[in-house]
Amino acid sequence: MAKVLVVTSGKGGVGKTTSTAALGVALAQTGQNVVVVDFDVGLRNLDLVMGAERRVVFDLINVIQGEAKLAQALIRDKRIETLSILPASQTRDKDALTAEGVARVMQELREKFDWVICDSPAGIERGAQLAMYHADHAIVVTNPEVSSVRDSDRIIGMLDSTTEKAKGGGKIEKHLLLTRYDPARAARGEMLRIEDVLEILSIPLLGIIPESEEVLRASNLGAPVTLSSPDSPPARAYAEAARRLEGEKLEITVPTERKGLLARLFKGKS
Amino acid sequence: MSLFGSFFGRGTKTSAPVARDRLQILLAHERTGKGDESDLLNKLHTEILEVIKRHIPVDQDKVQVKLDRGNSVSMLEIDIEVPQIKSPSYR
Repeated sequence: MAKVLVVTSGKGGVGKTTSTAALGVALAQTGQNVVVVDFDVGLRNLDLVMGAERRVVFDLINVIQGEAKLAQALIRDKRIETLSILPASQTRDKDALTAEGVARVMQELREKFDWVICDSPAGIERGAQLAMYHADHAIVVTNPEVSSVRDSDRIIGMLDSTTEKAKGGGKIEKHLLLTRYDPARAARGEMLRIEDVLEILSIPLLGIIPESEEVLRASNLGAPVTLSSPDSPPARAYAEAARRLEGEKLEITVPTERKGLLARLFKGKS
Repeated sequence: MSLFGSFFGRGTKTSAPVARDRLQILLAHERTGKGDESDLLNKLHTEILEVIKRHIPVDQDKVQVKLDRGNSVSMLEIDIEVPQIKSPSYR
């Protein structure tokens, strides 16, 4: 049975697309069939972050409006064969997303894949609501910063009230993904600590992604960080988050740079 | 470095606890479901006004209904400004 996941946040720029791409890769690397779906109609970027921008022919809106079959719009990743991407439309506006159309496409995706990961647009409008509507799980991406935490709180409220699961009397499973975390700044009292954010939002923690230069490098290259530098701290954090999504119980830590022997010898001097 | 910093008045107070406290207060308010609350207050306002109007002529804006949510106790405050009522010589 396929699992539908929405990656959402309310606030823009906190790492939804980065996280969608990195988790998509990590889940697909285990051999499961994964599709990442861009819901940001008019401002698509998942294709770019995944390095598939030149391979887009048809998109989600084309499929919804019956101008293309789903199989024609799906782009198979060149590096991982079990990973596909369904791009959003760049030229249409978000009103082209209809509730019935999205429901039909989601049903078809559920039949084809093990994981359907929906990259939500920012905001709380129609696009964001449709992205979360069919989800079984929600990943709430949050930065340790006041406006992001506030927006996440708002999104959590929506997940509990306006999704298909919630309307049917069920509960969508929510997971907090804390991104751009800097343990040193948190220790100095300059940044909200993990415990602070958890206490305020009170949903279970899926992972902590440390602030890292590797994330920008990955998007520059069009390769999700879990592919471009799998040993880097953010990649390891994403890989562990993906294992938790599969039900593994792993202790949550903030991965740090693995130092080589030389660096370790000279530790403290640098 | 941090010792040096605090010695020279770089401000010893950290900002993260301030952020946490501000968020906790703000979200406690936002979570009460603003929509429902103002709806409740509107209903109360209309019904209270109806009852009073039956006995005393009073303007709509002379009836104020407010709800203050505290941590342990919430206060429903109803202010009604009535015109000078003549001494009850009738009846």
